[in-house]
Amino acid sequence: MVVLQVIVGGLLLGAIYALFSSGLTLIWGMMNFINFAHGEFVMLGMYVAFLVVVWLHGGPAVFTLAAAFALLVLGIAIYLSLIRHVIRGPMLAQILSTFGLALLLRYTAFYIFSANFVSLPQTGLAGTVNFAGVYLPVAQLVGGVIAIALTVALHILLTHSTIGSRLLAVAEDRAAAMLMGIRPDRMQMLAWGLSAGALMATAYPWSPSVGETFGLIAFVVVALGGFGSVLGSLYAGLIIGLIQAVSAFWLGAIYKDIVVYGLFVALLWFRPQGLMGKA
Amino acid sequence: MNKALGSRLAVVLLAAGLLLYPMVLSGAFYRDIGVTFLLAAISASAWNIVGGYAGQVSVGHSMFFGLGAYTPLMFYTLWGWPPITGIPAGIALAIGLSLIIGTPTFRLTGHYFSMATIAVAELIRIFTGTWDFVGATIGLQGPAIARGWWDLTFRSELPYYYLFLAVLVTLLAVTTFIERRRFGFYLRAIKASERAARSLGIPVRRTKMQALVLSAAFTSVAGSLYVIKTGFIDPDSGFGILISVQMVIIAALGGAGTLFGPLVGALILIRCKAPRIRGSAPAARA
Repeated sequence: MVVLQVIVGGLLLGAIYALFSSGLTLIWGMMNFINFAHGEFVMLGMYVAFLVVVWLHGGPAVFTLAAAFALLVLGIAIYLSLIRHVIRGPMLAQILSTFGLALLLRYTAFYIFSANFVSLPQTGLAGTVNFAGVYLPVAQLVGGVIAIALTVALHILLTHSTIGSRLLAVAEDRAAAMLMGIRPDRMQMLAWGLSAGALMATAYPWSPSVGETFGLIAFVVVALGGFGSVLGSLYAGLIIGLIQAVSAFWLGAIYKDIVVYGLFVALLWFRPQGLMGKA
Repeated sequence: MNKALGSRLAVVLLAAGLLLYPMVLSGAFYRDIGVTFLLAAISASAWNIVGGYAGQVSVGHSMFFGLGAYTPLMFYTLWGWPPITGIPAGIALAIGLSLIIGTPTFRLTGHYFSMATIAVAELIRIFTGTWDFVGATIGLQGPAIARGWWDLTFRSELPYYYLFLAVLVTLLAVTTFIERRRFGFYLRAIKASERAARSLGIPVRRTKMQALVLSAAFTSVAGSLYVIKTGFIDPDSGFGILISVQMVIIAALGGAGTLFGPLVGALILIRCKAPRIRGSAPAARA
């Protein structure tokens, strides 16, 4: 039963990984641009949720929307002020600018919120449910289910809507998309907004330094799922969450990240295009 | 002709400046800044070979730095050997690791190399922190008091300064040598366009690998020098991501892919990071 508990816990965490990695895969696949500050976006989303709960006493629905909206705005602002200028520059410029952004955001968060771990105060989603002998905290359950729903929704948006087609067209061939009357700039701006808007359901404690861990996990998820594939990042997120939970259970909690990064290195050796990626 | 003479003069002035610096500004503070500057310049110049000249941006060079830093202190802790004996082993380990990283990632183009270097550096950092054999999160310590000159544990900053300067000069000489050889042209061709380089018959993978091996070896030496001077290493100061990022920032600031770029970058950044002498005084007085 304990094993089942671990597996379910891992999958629920994995669902959240899937959601925030889908934002990264969108940017990476579309623009061939790596955002090293992605984990920091996730971290900021968590603090926005925290502030909403502490100051405005908002419930889960309110802080989720607030975080999504705040990060949408942040994503667009960062695209306009920074990314637009380096997007077609050399790789060094991309890496330095987003890495610099990551450090700036991380240490600003340290400055404002201090390095202490915080977690969301009790909200309406307290307690656990007993599901056939497996105990599930309600907050994690709801977070996980919403995360899966949103990831699937993003996938459907990309594959079954006009905006999605435009986004994919820009990803496929920028010049051709321009000839068809699509403005790549706007689409890319939108992608950055969407990417950052991915919420982090907050059933776990965190501090400003989680951005580093989340950023790396998002990289692993995207590499496993295949660049640009939202569905791939859904599967990969669940797999990574599961692997982390199981290895924490069997090997000890310190080793869970080692296993994940080791998997990433193995992946580069054997299947660099990822599960769903094209060779 | 005039230009060549001018640049030669600049090099001579630079060399004279670096040689005389600790004599002119002989305070302990200035010498410490000088040593820090040299170490930063060595790491960044080492990174520059693969990151600047070949354009393969590594964001995980701390793994080589850390290996070079841990091995001397491992030798000291295990067998009581002077730390300097660990340098060749550190270089060998760094070269081995660079082959492990380069083999899969250099088959691919784009960001794979950057990603892999970050992941591996983090992997090693976390792993080192859990491994009691290498001191886990507490880290390792070197000889507190020198048992002889061979421990390279000095009270004065001066011996370190000239030791580091010698390594920097060697590294710059190697880089200059590469720059003028076929190998250097290969690297720049790969940086400009990998596909074009391959179509011209340049062995792209092998060239990138050679650049990485060379870069890793010198980064490992930088790590060894760091640890010989400080006498202490822990996972964050050896394998931490900020160690890697600092190399990238310094090289990029001064000009990645140029001989003296890392020196210029180190000069600016180390000056920025150094505490203001007057500003930091109250803490010392209290």
